[in-house]
Amino acid sequence: MNLLILLIAPLVTALAILPVKGLKQVRAIALAGSLLQLGLTFATLMSFLSERSSGKTNEFLLEQNFAWYRDLNINFHLGVDGISIAMMLLTAFVVVAGVLVSWKMEKMSKEFFFLLIFLSMGAYGFFMALDLFTLFFFLEVAVIPKFLLIGIWGSGKKEYSAMKLALMLMAGSALVLVGLTGLYFYSDFHGTRTFDIVEISSRNIPLGVQQILFPFTFIGFGIFTALFPFHTWVPDGHSSAPTAASMFLAGISMKLGGYGCLRVATWLMPQAAQEYSTIIIVLASIGILYGAFATMMQTDLKYINAYSSVSHTSFVILGIAMLTKTAINGAVLQMISHGLMTALFFAVIGMIYERTHTREVAKLGGLLKVMPFISTVFVIAGLCSLGLPGFSGFVAEMTVFMGSWERIGLLYRIATIAGAASIVVTAVYILRATGKSIMGPVANQEFNGFSDAAWNEKLAAIVLVAGILIMGLAPFLLKDLINPGTEEIMQKIVSSIK
Amino acid sequence: MNYSSYIALIPLLPLAGFVLLGLFGRKYFKSAAGIIGTLLLLGSALLSLYTAYQYFLVNGKTGDTYQTITAFKYTWLSFSDKVSIDMGVLLDPISVMMLVVVTFVSLMVHIFSLGYMKGEERFATYYAFLGLFTFSMLGLVLSSNLFQIYMFWELVGVSSFLLIGYYFDRPSAVAASKKAFIVTRFADLGFLIGILVLAFYGETLDFQTLLHTLTTQQSAQHVAVVTASFAGVTALTWGVTLLFMGGAGKSAMFPLHIWLPDAMEGPTPVSALIHAATMVVAGVYLVARMFPLFAMSQSALDVVTVVGASSAVIAAIIACTQTDIKRVLAYSTMSQIGFMMFSLGLIKAHGTYSVGYTASMFHLFTHAFFKSLLFLGAGSVIHMVHSNEMKDMGGLRKYMPITHITFLIACLAIAGIWPFAGFFSKEEILLTAYQSNKIVYGIALLTSGLTAFYMFRLYFSIFWNKEAHLHGDSHGEGTWSMKLPLLILAVCSIAAGLIPFGSYVSINGKELESHMDLSFSIAPLAMGIGGILLAMWMYRKENNKPQQVATTLNGFYKAAYGKFYIDDLYLFVTKKVVFNLIGRPAAWVDRNIVDGLMNGIANATATVSNWIKGVQSGKVQNYTLYFFGGVVALAVVFIYLWK
Repeated sequence: MNLLILLIAPLVTALAILPVKGLKQVRAIALAGSLLQLGLTFATLMSFLSERSSGKTNEFLLEQNFAWYRDLNINFHLGVDGISIAMMLLTAFVVVAGVLVSWKMEKMSKEFFFLLIFLSMGAYGFFMALDLFTLFFFLEVAVIPKFLLIGIWGSGKKEYSAMKLALMLMAGSALVLVGLTGLYFYSDFHGTRTFDIVEISSRNIPLGVQQILFPFTFIGFGIFTALFPFHTWVPDGHSSAPTAASMFLAGISMKLGGYGCLRVATWLMPQAAQEYSTIIIVLASIGILYGAFATMMQTDLKYINAYSSVSHTSFVILGIAMLTKTAINGAVLQMISHGLMTALFFAVIGMIYERTHTREVAKLGGLLKVMPFISTVFVIAGLCSLGLPGFSGFVAEMTVFMGSWERIGLLYRIATIAGAASIVVTAVYILRATGKSIMGPVANQEFNGFSDAAWNEKLAAIVLVAGILIMGLAPFLLKDLINPGTEEIMQKIVSSIK
Repeated sequence: MNYSSYIALIPLLPLAGFVLLGLFGRKYFKSAAGIIGTLLLLGSALLSLYTAYQYFLVNGKTGDTYQTITAFKYTWLSFSDKVSIDMGVLLDPISVMMLVVVTFVSLMVHIFSLGYMKGEERFATYYAFLGLFTFSMLGLVLSSNLFQIYMFWELVGVSSFLLIGYYFDRPSAVAASKKAFIVTRFADLGFLIGILVLAFYGETLDFQTLLHTLTTQQSAQHVAVVTASFAGVTALTWGVTLLFMGGAGKSAMFPLHIWLPDAMEGPTPVSALIHAATMVVAGVYLVARMFPLFAMSQSALDVVTVVGASSAVIAAIIACTQTDIKRVLAYSTMSQIGFMMFSLGLIKAHGTYSVGYTASMFHLFTHAFFKSLLFLGAGSVIHMVHSNEMKDMGGLRKYMPITHITFLIACLAIAGIWPFAGFFSKEEILLTAYQSNKIVYGIALLTSGLTAFYMFRLYFSIFWNKEAHLHGDSHGEGTWSMKLPLLILAVCSIAAGLIPFGSYVSINGKELESHMDLSFSIAPLAMGIGGILLAMWMYRKENNKPQQVATTLNGFYKAAYGKFYIDDLYLFVTKKVVFNLIGRPAAWVDRNIVDGLMNGIANATATVSNWIKGVQSGKVQNYTLYFFGGVVALAVVFIYLWK
């Protein structure tokens, strides 16, 4: 299977949207395109697995390599390992659901779906890139459309939020760019410089250089994944964005950062990762607890989910910085889990908002009586968020905890306990939100006339719930997929310590 | 007979019920849901009985010892070579005993609910949740892995949450379900950290391997866990005490008990199943399951004893003052579980095993029957009078004869009157206490008297006292589906005590000789009968004696009535401290300081660009001026500074 198809398919879908007229055609093409993506990602998984089982032991398989700009040794280099395939599957799930919940997007529908599909191409490219320049290129592809999505289709103080998001993510990109360029210049051992990730990973970047470049790269990617204290774009950005964009933003974009922190910062600069890990762990555990406590005080459903995302994605950073195999596995699992769960949450919040025109918890109530399907999905998303066994969140968080406890030292133990303590706070805010908006007496007589989920909304929810359940009930599938990738990274870390 | 061929069906049948009724119940099985759920559970219960028969009477023993059998095991999520979460089924005397208790009581509750919940709008959902709970509880008792038990532990918690909040349009039910979940969640944090500690030192999560390696004196793991210490306490003690914290939360032990009385907001059959017979004893079960580790740490055992004994007496005192019949029963449950707990805690570390282990499990077994009977009886009463308050009841013995007789049997059983079931099990617990700690024995004896008193206060207030004044719309004693479970459970409440429990369940799998000493029984029996007589004197006829007693004991009575203000303390801590001192500042700091900083950077950039943008004015004259100025400046630099 040629990985280029995964870039061409979204591109063609996006372009095919341009000439047609009317919402109906546009959304049909978008849905077909997104389902195609889902099929293609599964096909990629299958051909990856069959190549693996046929005995190929390379870290990355299905590689494609084209010279892009020969003078600077920039190549368009793609390839996948288990981790990137897992991230691509996540992307495909979220895109399908995102298209489905935007089914009635009347306003500038063509542009909306174009941008949505275009974004997904950026995400696939990013997760497949094996060349730092290519990686950065797709990172930018995945940022800019978001500015438009929020600025045009958003709600509330959307201009402010769009600007804030774009500026902070651009600042992140700028930091990343410094890091990547630096890596390029210090990859020079035999007279050739390279942007190639695999190549760089096999060369050892001098420690002094790592110490300088690591913070740039890690913080740069960290901004994407809501590293405390650079997380403040998250609440505003998410709550102003239209539903599908929120899903995309929290479900996929934040994961670009986590993936970058792991694949680029940690893998390519393992010694610096070791040296800086303590401070990152401190920031991450602050992010987890502080995010959770801040969530507790929110009154708007979208703000609740946005702040809880800060708390949940900090688990990703915590897992990566703990630098044990189990913890890194946990971080990857948490990326997938949070992506699905938060997308589901935003989708269902969008459904509630479309009907009630409010996201204020205090104004909602008794929705379970009025719209049982939507409410049940809300409860499922909530239970996943608070780490109930059977759902994906439990698997991911417990793996992070088990892995974190492997790292010996009082500080790390405290960080783990702080992380574990957050699950109690999570229960508090999830149950508060559920108790007030879903349960209780029907708050407003107008609610009684509202319809439950339409077929497209049901399907969107089912797709995401299926992902959550598969991961939650059979975690070994995903864990076995990502484990070799994690082992490769661990090997690099362990050998760098000696 | 190979257990693995069918054992998984026992938990999976109720799960199938949950999936089936949860997905399709509301549409397709609106009225058949009850029958479907009940039949599936019947299958599960029959298989459990068969398993118990096979295990206890046919082939569980090798020589004179009951074996621990792993019926199957599947690696669900591996963390490293040795540490993994396995889904397995472990059969040993206590898990098989629990299997019978859980499926049997659940079956009774399923049958009872056919009548009790009839006509409910969410009838199918109710049975779906019952199925989910039964599945989770069975998974819990059959667990072969420390993390597996934690997973099912959480699942029973959420089933309990869903069922307490079943009447979700009542704000009080919503609040109660939230409280139950959050309090037990908090306790489970201890459980989780305990798992992390024990798994770290034991290098495994598998029960048998874990218990074996950590208790083997020569093993490196054993040495590590007893020598490593934090804050002067060994890792072992930390680990098991934290586990116990989880157990205490689930079993509603003081001071983590505050959720249990509120949990009575759920439908009454649910209280019988979850909050009386099964889920709340999970903490006792956990301690029993991990007992070899507890037995290595005297301090951990002391914690168990103190918590158990104080819960027993505090709950009994509060129970004497409550007026909601379900709350009385809830406190009574807490008190009885306290008995089971301290019975385990009183076994001496490193010493010979006493009768305490068997006594605790025996009491768990008998308690399940008479307490679920009490709750179902209360349900029957509530069904009749449409109220939970004692003041709305009285004189009901004529109107509901079956409920009356069965309730009386259960009361006699819990009061420990010979020959009812509670007598035998409580007797063994008191004997344990007598042998190891006289203070605990005193507390236990006093609590026995209190138990008899508050149970018969309840009994007389419901069935005697004033004349019944029923509303016109009252519909008799209920259907046969409600009466049948009462009768069956009443038989069990008499017969369960006659089982020679020690020959089946003991700490080492060997038969335990029970020494029933008649002279020893005198004191507890006297306390029980005294309590009953006192209750009879005060509550048999309507009078003002209770009022007088309350006035005499003024301050103490008020404190007990106010549940010793423990709820208020919690409310203060959560509302004032957690919300106002942590949550609010965190949210404020985020919006004003952290985000303020980010906005500040943006504003500063904008300001600076405002200053310097004047430079690019677009006027050629200005540019020419800058150009010449620059040339002059460079000329100066070159001429004067270059050399």
